[in-house]
Amino acid sequence: MKIRKELWFGFILMAMIIAGTALMLILSPKIENGHLGLMMLALVVVAIMLGFPTAFTLMGMGMIFTWIAYEENTSKTLTLMVQSAFKVMGNDVLISIPLFVFMGYLVERANLIEKLFKSLHLAMARVPGSLAVATLFTCAVFATATGIVGAVVTLMGLLALPQMLRGGYDVRVSAGAITAGGCLGILIPPSVMLIVYGATAGVSVVQLYAGAFFPGIMLAGLYVVYVIVLAKLKPHLMPPLSAAERFVPLPPLTEPISSAISNVALPALLRALKGGRNLNVPTGYILKQLGVTLLPALLFALAAGLSWHVNTAPLDDDQRAAMARSAATAQSDASGGGLQAPPGGEKDNNAGSVGLAEPPSSGALAEPAKEGGGLAEPPTEGAAKEPAGADAGVKEPPGSGVQEPPAAGSSGVASTVSSERTPPTRGFWIGTGVGALSLLGFYALLSFQRLEIFKMLLSSFFPLLVLILAVLGSIVMGLATPTEAAAVGAFGGFLLAVAYRQFNMTVLKESVFLTAKTSAMVCWLFVGSAIFSAAFALLGGQELVERWVMSMNLSKTEFLVLSQVIIFILGWPLEWTEIIVIFMPIFIPLLDNFGVDPLFFGLLVALNLQTAFLSPPVAMAAFYLKGVSPPHVTLNQIFAGMLPFMGIQILAIVLLYQFPAIGLWLPQVLYK
Amino acid sequence: MQQLLLRVDRLSTWLGQLFAWLIVALTLMITWEVFSRYALNNPHDWALDAQIMMYGSLFMMAGAYTLSKNGHVRGDVLYGFFMPRTQATLDLILYFLFFLPGVVAMTWAGWNFANEALAIRESTFSATPLPVYPFKFMIPLAGGMLLLQGVVEIVRCVQCIKAGEWPSREQDVEEVDVEKLKAMVHVKDEDIYGLDKYVAPPKLDGGTK
Repeated sequence: MKIRKELWFGFILMAMIIAGTALMLILSPKIENGHLGLMMLALVVVAIMLGFPTAFTLMGMGMIFTWIAYEENTSKTLTLMVQSAFKVMGNDVLISIPLFVFMGYLVERANLIEKLFKSLHLAMARVPGSLAVATLFTCAVFATATGIVGAVVTLMGLLALPQMLRGGYDVRVSAGAITAGGCLGILIPPSVMLIVYGATAGVSVVQLYAGAFFPGIMLAGLYVVYVIVLAKLKPHLMPPLSAAERFVPLPPLTEPISSAISNVALPALLRALKGGRNLNVPTGYILKQLGVTLLPALLFALAAGLSWHVNTAPLDDDQRAAMARSAATAQSDASGGGLQAPPGGEKDNNAGSVGLAEPPSSGALAEPAKEGGGLAEPPTEGAAKEPAGADAGVKEPPGSGVQEPPAAGSSGVASTVSSERTPPTRGFWIGTGVGALSLLGFYALLSFQRLEIFKMLLSSFFPLLVLILAVLGSIVMGLATPTEAAAVGAFGGFLLAVAYRQFNMTVLKESVFLTAKTSAMVCWLFVGSAIFSAAFALLGGQELVERWVMSMNLSKTEFLVLSQVIIFILGWPLEWTEIIVIFMPIFIPLLDNFGVDPLFFGLLVALNLQTAFLSPPVAMAAFYLKGVSPPHVTLNQIFAGMLPFMGIQILAIVLLYQFPAIGLWLPQVLYK
Repeated sequence: MQQLLLRVDRLSTWLGQLFAWLIVALTLMITWEVFSRYALNNPHDWALDAQIMMYGSLFMMAGAYTLSKNGHVRGDVLYGFFMPRTQATLDLILYFLFFLPGVVAMTWAGWNFANEALAIRESTFSATPLPVYPFKFMIPLAGGMLLLQGVVEIVRCVQCIKAGEWPSREQDVEEVDVEKLKAMVHVKDEDIYGLDKYVAPPKLDGGTK
């Protein structure tokens, strides 16, 4: 019988594990219970590789070894089992898993992705490698909101890959951008992986979310920078878009205004409104366009007014706290923008405006859109405006259920850029001035074509961004527990699906059933692992591991590198859920000995497990993409495309290790 | 025989899907609770307990449903490359080695556990106590369903070893349903094949246009 390569790979791995265990048992002078524990650990890896459902492998093996550990006392074993199961059933951290999963399915089915990609790629038409950059952005936003790697990669394979290939993009680069982008969702909060880690390691999910935010953004930013630099250096891999592809058709009613008066949207609309010129354009239509055009200005006025109000109000303790918090966000967000900045962008202008409105990262996200900060600025405001936007392009503000938290967060930002509260502070004037200037710039550059793009973004990009930021913001600011935020997010997803007219009973039913299956999969794994880790602890495997690790006399760095390498290797045969659930209970108690913060370790692990999604030969993302790509795209090409992105992930791990502040700064500021 | 297997499948699915709707209730309830607390300033002390019970029942009862759709996560590194017969043999052995002892023990222990709670009419420790014992009965109930479904899966393994291929299952909604996603974004197969001309294969098969 011919045995395939892949099988050899697995068998060799298994044989190595078994041989290692046998060696350990033979070499140790006396076999104690702890050795049984280690044997159990090795056996479970082998058993999982055999392909039996992991939850039951863990449960069965845990039970057998518990029974041995209790010296064959059946009733104690049974009690332990049922207690472990009940512990998982009553776990108040895991409860947010079904809710986040539900939110993801609903958002996915709202079918925003098509519009999202189209608007982003038009908005970024002038950036080198625009299609790839737009793909990465779409993936990052969509994957963050849904968290479903398979669906995101498949959808982007259907939408972005054809466009990129038609645009003459290299197959490898296209495949790499799609797969790498699609995997971002498991890192950038709100992600299920961090909940699973938090529940296993006993680290607060709130802190994990706050901590993972910037590493996630950093990784996405590094991807974008890589693509842009590559496009600059080797234009033949990613040729710029032709004028035809960049062309934005104007709606028939806008056309006459644009050609008869001027192509600059705001003055043209105003004159058309006033105008004695008979253009056969109904006034209602002009008013509507004007409304959309004025959204940023209105929002700016609102933000300025609010911040003036806050700024001049007498201070009490509550406010002081709020200010400190939002100042933190403002600052942090500005630095987020810094990471994202594409080369040549007028950064400063944008950063200034960022202080004005709530989702500043959106400003950075949109920045590559245009040459100046001009267009980049208003999206910021548009985003915050969206929930309130009664007559925006979208009827239903998708985040309406969730809008309160971000609004509360945003109101303070502009004012709190300053530090004192003597009536209007200088910071306030500077902020307002910069904002007003960028607003002016925005309107000077806002042509009707750009207005169309802006409208498209308004109805696809911002709703998602608001949803994500509302969910995240309310968690990180401490306004809601992760569970509550997840539930409200799911409700927001539901509203989103309704707003985009994608909602019907079938969609709801499918989302509900999928949620049940996914949650059952994850939570039963926890039931199994609760029993398994109890057995491991009973056998004293943990002490043995600890003694053994301590005897190696590792330094902190060596320990961290070693543990990350082990996790990386485990990422080949095992899935991330299994790695976290089985191995984190073993690693976490060791951290104390080396003075490693479990929060920091969790961030490293999360980044590390991300690479498992992209590392051949078992990278799921590649297979999803292969499933929807034209027949001549080979798996090897996809793998080759993923490799540079995998390198970037490793770079990100190193960066995070070298500068832990990237991850730890925000939690420290928020939860000191 | 096949009929019987499918009937059990359907029972697991029905029960799992019934409990799956709890997610909607959970979403609405928490959303309302948040609203009630912030806007109406009227928090409920029993809300968290009720939430946890809903979540626990949801995932426990979905266990058998997930098993009936083969949805529990497997280590896929080797399994996918085995012949169906090898897969079935391995599964069969491991069902007896791991699954049956584990699930039988959990069902049995869960039954006693729940009955003890029932005997003392156990309830939660809050100002508005909720009864806990119905929730604890979820363990034996879920375990029993899982056991029943497990027996069905064992029969399937035997069938597969005999026939050399896996017996069919009933369709269910999938997480990544490529056809459905294609329809959602209006992409047809011809479009994908049409793209091949852009993929100039540099070295592989000589660039068929």
